[in-house]
Amino acid sequence: MRPRVGVITFPGSLDDRDALRAVRAMGGEPVPVWHGDRTLPALHAVILPGGFSYGDYLRTGAIARFADIMPAIREFAEAGHPVVGICNGFQILCEAGLLPGALIRNRSLRFVCRVVTLRVETSTSVLTAGLVPGELLRIPIKHGEGQFTAGADELARIEAEGLVVFRYAGQKGETGDDHNPNGAANSIAGLSNERGNVVGLMPHPEHAVDPDTGPTGGQPLFASLLERALERVG
Amino acid sequence: MKYHVEVVVRLKAGLLDPQGKAIEDSMPHLGWTNVSEVRVGKHIELSVEADDVDAARGQIEDIGNRLLANPVIETVEVRWEGRESNRTEIGARQAGRLEAEALE
Repeated sequence: MRPRVGVITFPGSLDDRDALRAVRAMGGEPVPVWHGDRTLPALHAVILPGGFSYGDYLRTGAIARFADIMPAIREFAEAGHPVVGICNGFQILCEAGLLPGALIRNRSLRFVCRVVTLRVETSTSVLTAGLVPGELLRIPIKHGEGQFTAGADELARIEAEGLVVFRYAGQKGETGDDHNPNGAANSIAGLSNERGNVVGLMPHPEHAVDPDTGPTGGQPLFASLLERALERVG
Repeated sequence: MKYHVEVVVRLKAGLLDPQGKAIEDSMPHLGWTNVSEVRVGKHIELSVEADDVDAARGQIEDIGNRLLANPVIETVEVRWEGRESNRTEIGARQAGRLEAEALE
């Protein structure tokens, strides 16, 4: 059985096509979903793709959070199914309160577009179930507002509960300002909820599954997602 | 009745404000070397039709907290028309009753 993965298209989504294509390339069945729908079709997982939903008006993800499809996604997440937010999708999940913290303007004020090294921090998330903490992945980032931030107490809780899924790192896995492209707190590039079924990340694994177009660090993440999506059903 | 308010959204004090920083850093180029603590926020004006000031206030607080600001990173202040002294800090508001002007 091929896991069915829905990709939500909001007005201003850019990477929905690439996400659908990556799902297919990795052996899943991609299912386009429109933001104006009120129910989800039968799915094993959902991806909120990157882009600039509603032109980033007010704040990134602030308007998309109230889209017609969002109550159904919240219900899907609360039932324990995998929900992954990439870049703008991550911002939407934070705005919706499905993930802690928020994403603000890059410390440099510049839009950053390049390949980064990510260090996997946990194998308890749906995206990293098949990986080992410490493993390094090469995946592109491209964002102007990717600086993860949270209040001091919230940040301490995120760390204590092991919710950090990825950190920006150097080629040997070291972290620090030299390897932090946007000033993110504790070099956080992605994190999950307590159950590990909702994951948000700024880097774009959907742009990193095809060796013809660059690094392939997204492959193990999609493989993990597809595997976990099916387990959940079985 | 129609109530007109101004809503000011600010980044929380402890958070780095890259826009404010960029503006501040540009000042010396224009010869202003005595400027610091530049912060950039949002100013939003809106009018609400409501039965009375309490109903208007409740709704505006809801709008402020759920949409206009993200409480994780921002604070909201509501300024009632023409009355600087009657500011409402959402979440930390004084108990005194507001005497907002009703607009016709």
